[in-house]
Amino acid sequence: MTAETPRRAGLAMWLPLALFGAFLALVIWGLYRPANTEVASAFIGKPLPQFDLPAATDDRPGLSSAQMQTGKPRLLNVFASWCVPCAVEAPQLEALRRHGVEIDGVAIRDRKADLDRFLATYGNPFARIGRDDLSEVQVGIGSSGVPETFVIDGKGVIRYQHIGEIRAEDVPMILAKLKEAQS
Amino acid sequence: MKRLILAIWATLSVLLVVPALAQDQLPPAPLAYRQLDDPVLEAKAQRLMETLRCLKCQSQSIADSDAPMAGDMRHQVRSRIAAGEDPEAIRAWLIERYGDYVSYAPQNKPIMWPLFAAPLVILLLAAILLRGRFRRGPAKAERAE
Repeated sequence: MTAETPRRAGLAMWLPLALFGAFLALVIWGLYRPANTEVASAFIGKPLPQFDLPAATDDRPGLSSAQMQTGKPRLLNVFASWCVPCAVEAPQLEALRRHGVEIDGVAIRDRKADLDRFLATYGNPFARIGRDDLSEVQVGIGSSGVPETFVIDGKGVIRYQHIGEIRAEDVPMILAKLKEAQS
Repeated sequence: MKRLILAIWATLSVLLVVPALAQDQLPPAPLAYRQLDDPVLEAKAQRLMETLRCLKCQSQSIADSDAPMAGDMRHQVRSRIAAGEDPEAIRAWLIERYGDYVSYAPQNKPIMWPLFAAPLVILLLAAILLRGRFRRGPAKAERAE
């Protein structure tokens, strides 16, 4: 008993330091891990909510959820003229359009004059553009920012969400997701 | 001196203009900054908005945030409460779209059970350990006599 006690106390003495070390390691790991601030939509696999947005520009019609059930997969691009990465992804959307992909746009909190200028500068790959002045459709499909691009299948079900701008290297992946949505 | 003032002015105007470019120009949604006329409904909406996460500024609630999207979400919450919808139904509607992350109020789901059970387990452990102590106390005292 007398010989055992000091040794046990010796080990126990190091326990707080070890715990502190473990805590420190956890903090350092948390600090250096890149923060993920993206919020993925939980609405993948569900049908688009009912919506009917007025036209955002003069030369493209508005957008309703019924119009998105065309039997063929299409893209729903959530964008805005005031969003810088939306300009960055414009050439990729144009490339997708040239691949025969139909793209519908939802313009978030946009003014017509700004949107016209944006489309004139960066191109207009959209079949329809609905204006979402209250972010209703955006919240309705679980999108938390611009730009985001959703793959919608022929029955109007959301199949895939791409968060952030579509880069050149993402185009084949988006095309593959559209093909996947065909089945 | 004139040049220095000009340089400072140029820097300031750049600083002021650049962030404004990444914001929309639309006025806020009607109910983003306007309370509901009925104080009971407004209190209901306020309680809910304080426990919903702003998705643009993720450590704020939509009640705290001036992000346009938070304003639009406040508008939605207020108009739906005014239409007689239950606050918890609105929360569930948002969780369906953004996951539990959008709500600051913990949901009763199996993944939460360890968290709720932990205090009980710790209390139980403490009781067991302390019981041992109380038992040993008198025994030692007896030996010392």
